[in-house]
Amino acid sequence: MRNLFLKKFLKSDSNEPFTVNAKFKHPDKAEEINIKDFNLYIEDSHILKNINLTIPANKITCIIGPSGCGKSTLLKSINRLTDSIENVRKTGSILLGNDDLQNCTESELVELRRKIGLVPQRPTPLPMSIMNNVAYGCKIHGVKNVRQLRRTVRHYLKVVGLWDEVKDRLRSPAVRLSIGQQQRLCLARSLAVEPEYILADEATSALDPVSSRIVEDLFVKLKEQYSIVMVTHTLRQALRIADYVVFIYMGEIIEVGEAKEVFNNPKHELTKNYLQGTIS
Amino acid sequence: MSNQFRIIKDKTANGVMSAITIVSLVFVIIMGIGLYIKSIPILEEHSLWELVSSSSWQPFKNDFGFLPFVMGTIWVTMIAIIIALPLSLMTAIFLTEYARKSVKKFVYPALDILASLPSVIYGVWGTIVIVPLISDKIAPWFSSEFSTGYTVLAAGLVLSLMLLPILVSLFVELFVCVPDDLRAAAYSLGATKWQTAKNVVVKKSLPGIFASVVLAISKALGETIAVLMVCGCMPEVPKGLLDACYPLPALIANNYGEMLSLPLYESALMFAALLLFVVVIIFNLTSRIILKRIEKNN
Repeated sequence: MRNLFLKKFLKSDSNEPFTVNAKFKHPDKAEEINIKDFNLYIEDSHILKNINLTIPANKITCIIGPSGCGKSTLLKSINRLTDSIENVRKTGSILLGNDDLQNCTESELVELRRKIGLVPQRPTPLPMSIMNNVAYGCKIHGVKNVRQLRRTVRHYLKVVGLWDEVKDRLRSPAVRLSIGQQQRLCLARSLAVEPEYILADEATSALDPVSSRIVEDLFVKLKEQYSIVMVTHTLRQALRIADYVVFIYMGEIIEVGEAKEVFNNPKHELTKNYLQGTIS
Repeated sequence: MSNQFRIIKDKTANGVMSAITIVSLVFVIIMGIGLYIKSIPILEEHSLWELVSSSSWQPFKNDFGFLPFVMGTIWVTMIAIIIALPLSLMTAIFLTEYARKSVKKFVYPALDILASLPSVIYGVWGTIVIVPLISDKIAPWFSSEFSTGYTVLAAGLVLSLMLLPILVSLFVELFVCVPDDLRAAAYSLGATKWQTAKNVVVKKSLPGIFASVVLAISKALGETIAVLMVCGCMPEVPKGLLDACYPLPALIANNYGEMLSLPLYESALMFAALLLFVVVIIFNLTSRIILKRIEKNN
């Protein structure tokens, strides 16, 4: 399955070995994320209330909801970036496949985070060259073979369609790329450590329409290999690419379902209002 | 009408502020010229090279060699930076990346207090604590000869302690400015805190770190009283950490106002000041050029 998928991207390089990164094997099948009775408090405020959610494998799940409803916090909880918040308290469990994210050791956490790619709202190129940005993830996990790193970099830059644009300046600082290119670079960087899940936090909101379309299309292609969760403010975007939709309001899940179902036939009054634009 | 008034006000403000800026610049130039004029007598008698390269300092015999003082300044500054830089970097990383809020709440004010202590207090503390420590504990380890403790090492240590809080505060400011999104990006790739701090936070702040170090070195080059109190004040080129030294600022502070009856002595001290002035300016200018380079590549 993976080979087929990669062949789609690499028509010209179909002879290239497909296990670009020997250190991490991408599983043949992505797994789902199970969130059970998850609560999150910051100091005394109850940010996420009793979240029960299954994020299906190989689908794009869009989390929608008004600003400040806890969408991003939920997303960050999935790779425990919420840990750095002062006075945070969590109950319940988040299972990635069979791995329990809430009760794992430091070293398991580092490994689990590798499995979860993150595409941020604004592109965050690391302060290094284009090449090292993509190779960084592999390097910190101990991949030292330069040829292999180079192959990984080339491969994933091709996957995100950036290779032809940057192949002549791989050593120049990543910040010199345009915003749209930077965002694709960030995606390539996440993919280079062979994650199984991709979290995208309004990944296209800082991009121009063309770049944002390119990233969207990439997500649609990538879902064959990864389970994708994205937070979005743009309902039209959710409509275009989502398979599943989760509507959150005031820290609670109001409605979950297949995208078409939720958009055409919202069951809950709040969802209806949100989709019509009367609450935001 | 009121528009007219606002524009006049704006123009006046512009004029006044640019005048003030120019005046402060002119002061620097006047200082340089003043020092130069005062050191003309000694420059007429001895060549520049002779003054800088000779290590014999006997004002009574009209013998003025500045090498011991130049070397003393360089030694002390280098030791101070070598000790202070890694310590302050690690402290700043700890404070911004690892420490809890409660720790920060306690440490930040303490650092500010340390940074604002008058240098004479550091000097006294150095004399009471560092000097005996070196004389009794450290020096016997390395050589059998008796050491008074008033050494390059003592001066370097005291100076590094003075630089430490300043550098830590500067670094903390820099690290706090690194966007959290960047850290999140590294964490989400599976980086540990240390990897993130080293490869992302410090790397992102590199131009700022460089600028801070330049500031610290400039301060170290000119630090007078604390160094003067523990350096030993012997006009000899130091050969090791446990030798006494005599940096330029200490020389000027110690001797100006005394013994001015000696011929050329005042001029010699002015030349010392000019030397320090030029060294600091050249150092600052070169580091500015390097900083531009780093910023360009980062």
